[in-house]
Amino acid sequence: MAQARATTTSATAAGPSDDFPPFNQKHLLSIADLKQHEIIDLLDRAERMVPVSRQERKSHPTLSGKTQINLFFEASTRTQGSFEIAGKRLGALVMNMSVKTSSVSKGETLIDTAATLNAMRPDVIVVRHSAAGAVELLSQKVGCSVINAGDGAHEHPTQALLDALTIRNHKGRISGLTVAICGDIANSRVARSNLLLLGALHVRTRVIAPRNLLPAGIEHLATEVFTDMRTGLKDVDVVMMLRLQHERATGKMIPSVREYYHFYGLDAEKLSHAKPDVIVMHPGPMNRGVEIDPAIADGPASVITDQVEMGVAVRMAVLDALVATGNEL
Amino acid sequence: MTRPLLIENARIVDPASGTDAAGAVLVRDGLIAEMALGGPVGVPDGAEVINAGGLILAPGLIDMRVFTGEPGKEYRETLQSAGDAAAAGGITSFVMMPDTAPVVDDGALVDFLIRRAKATSKVNVLPAAALTKGLAGQEMTEFGLLREAGAVCLTDGRQSIQSSAMLRTLMSYAANYGLTVVHHLSDKSLAGEGVMNEGLFATILGLKGIPREAETIPLARDLQLAALTGVRYHAAQISCAASVELLAAAKRRSRNISAGVSINNLALNENDVGRYRTFFKLSTPLRSEDDRQAVIEGLRNGTIDTIHSDHDPQDTEVKRQPFAEASDGAIGLETLLAAALRLVHAGDVDLMTVLRAMTSRPADILGLPSGRIRQGAPAELILFDPDYPWQVSESEIRSRSRNTSFEGARLAGKVMRTIVGGRTVYIHAEENRGRD
Repeated sequence: MAQARATTTSATAAGPSDDFPPFNQKHLLSIADLKQHEIIDLLDRAERMVPVSRQERKSHPTLSGKTQINLFFEASTRTQGSFEIAGKRLGALVMNMSVKTSSVSKGETLIDTAATLNAMRPDVIVVRHSAAGAVELLSQKVGCSVINAGDGAHEHPTQALLDALTIRNHKGRISGLTVAICGDIANSRVARSNLLLLGALHVRTRVIAPRNLLPAGIEHLATEVFTDMRTGLKDVDVVMMLRLQHERATGKMIPSVREYYHFYGLDAEKLSHAKPDVIVMHPGPMNRGVEIDPAIADGPASVITDQVEMGVAVRMAVLDALVATGNEL
Repeated sequence: MTRPLLIENARIVDPASGTDAAGAVLVRDGLIAEMALGGPVGVPDGAEVINAGGLILAPGLIDMRVFTGEPGKEYRETLQSAGDAAAAGGITSFVMMPDTAPVVDDGALVDFLIRRAKATSKVNVLPAAALTKGLAGQEMTEFGLLREAGAVCLTDGRQSIQSSAMLRTLMSYAANYGLTVVHHLSDKSLAGEGVMNEGLFATILGLKGIPREAETIPLARDLQLAALTGVRYHAAQISCAASVELLAAAKRRSRNISAGVSINNLALNENDVGRYRTFFKLSTPLRSEDDRQAVIEGLRNGTIDTIHSDHDPQDTEVKRQPFAEASDGAIGLETLLAAALRLVHAGDVDLMTVLRAMTSRPADILGLPSGRIRQGAPAELILFDPDYPWQVSESEIRSRSRNTSFEGARLAGKVMRTIVGGRTVYIHAEENRGRD
């Protein structure tokens, strides 16, 4: 199964982050901010982090003595957990803060919380917020590094990095591949970060969705735009499925789950149009039977659990690159 | 009786009469007594003489869309601070939007504002009264009494009437009193949760877009209802090419139609939003460069009548927010003229057209005697240097709020003297610069 062919990485004599030059950014706010070489650098660093989590003693304490705050204005199990484990394996003191927000006081809470947390002198704050640009705004109000763990429909940079690492490990390369991103593109920060990252690495990107889930101008962000799954999936190397917020979308953006699934749910028949060695990805949490057939989600082409593993490695690498002693800007 | 005032050696630009010539203007008792073109003029006994040194002498600007914080949010702007800013910007009269707390939907409030402004503001404050009580779009206000109290027009300010039947009733009743209805164009359901122009740029930022149709659909409806009711109708501010087309067609059929444009939509476009810069978040969103060009063309060919500042003071508390959650609005009284002159310096629109859109056209639409240099007209005049270079700096802003969309901008053109009611209410430190 996928796990077995997950990675070619082997532990080397040098530590995971020892022989990289300092990473030249204070924050990780968006993929759009990264140059191609910085993306590759982060992927290489992340690859070195993979073995740490596979050891019996899962520790690489380059963040020893550092304080990491996970500030989540939106509930998230996997991303917050992934950042927490990543920080702890690097030896940081990790504090989780989930801030309940009402729609009227979100912004106020953001700025006030930023000032309060800043006074506690953290070294890095990992932020998720429902408003696009909120993480960047917060980064302007604190003295430490800030990592964007998702801001509205804008970006989710570590997701794109972990997706790229997963692809690279399975395909041995990224450039030259054809990657299809399917589903609710309009509301997806994962789609935006992935389109930017894959575009920077010369991947042929396709988006596939009904027209009302495609945002304006998407033809400038993706190489090709499809509204039909079968033609869109033809000969692709990678399929990325997106979560459909079907509770919100039903009746407003799509008529019903069954119609959506019929035309846009990934099943074996639709997937048969892709390359035989296609891999299937999903950022989670999955709606089995809404955007993806359970048999595909849990089948041989699925690399979804690898994505979760690479997620920890990527977050360790990002934390290490931004915060580890010696990397201060 | 005040001393007569003679302004001589000026380049007189008066759009109402199409004048652009050297000359002098004599002011007596707060009114324009005489305009003399060409050679030297005799100085009346006891007159104060101002040598304009070749500066442009034009009617004071009339700004058709200004929000203040008084009453209710005086920490954002008072009539006094808005008046100071306006005087420095060459604006001698501004129409004050009714979006205050309380809303200006009652004759007593109009009366209060006029008295309050007379006591505190350097320039004329012309209250616009609400079309509906509390700007809620549900119940009509007392148009007749509001007019008697001194309201110059009717508008729901930032709000757009959603019900076509309600708007029809309001228009019919306004026509009854000969009042102009000024209407903000926004289809709420189409605009939805949108916060900037719909398009690639909004998509990249992950922000919800406002389609142009949220403006053009209510505009098309309004133009038909205006024809049906015979009301004097002014589209508050338009932003896109399709609106210009709709207006051009409607104006061929009716003389009761006019339209305004915010200086922001003439000078800026959606790319100025940059990375979530909330001072560029406006209730009529900045559109694409193509739209900006179309709006400029509309101004040039007369489809668009007026240019206003859309001055909307907002404090940092509501602006220092994630973009989608920040309030709309930018201030603009002090930058209106210089930003409009950008169009002149760029060769897009001639000086006469730009000045007409801020003087005689708004005066005509509102039925004001000002906005022109003519014997008997109120002496509301400005002297300005169209080329004076300056940089907008937050620290020098007279408004109580600092949310300018021109922060740091290098502009050319500055008001050197502003005269209201025959009295100088603003004088620039360098008025004498470059004089013979």
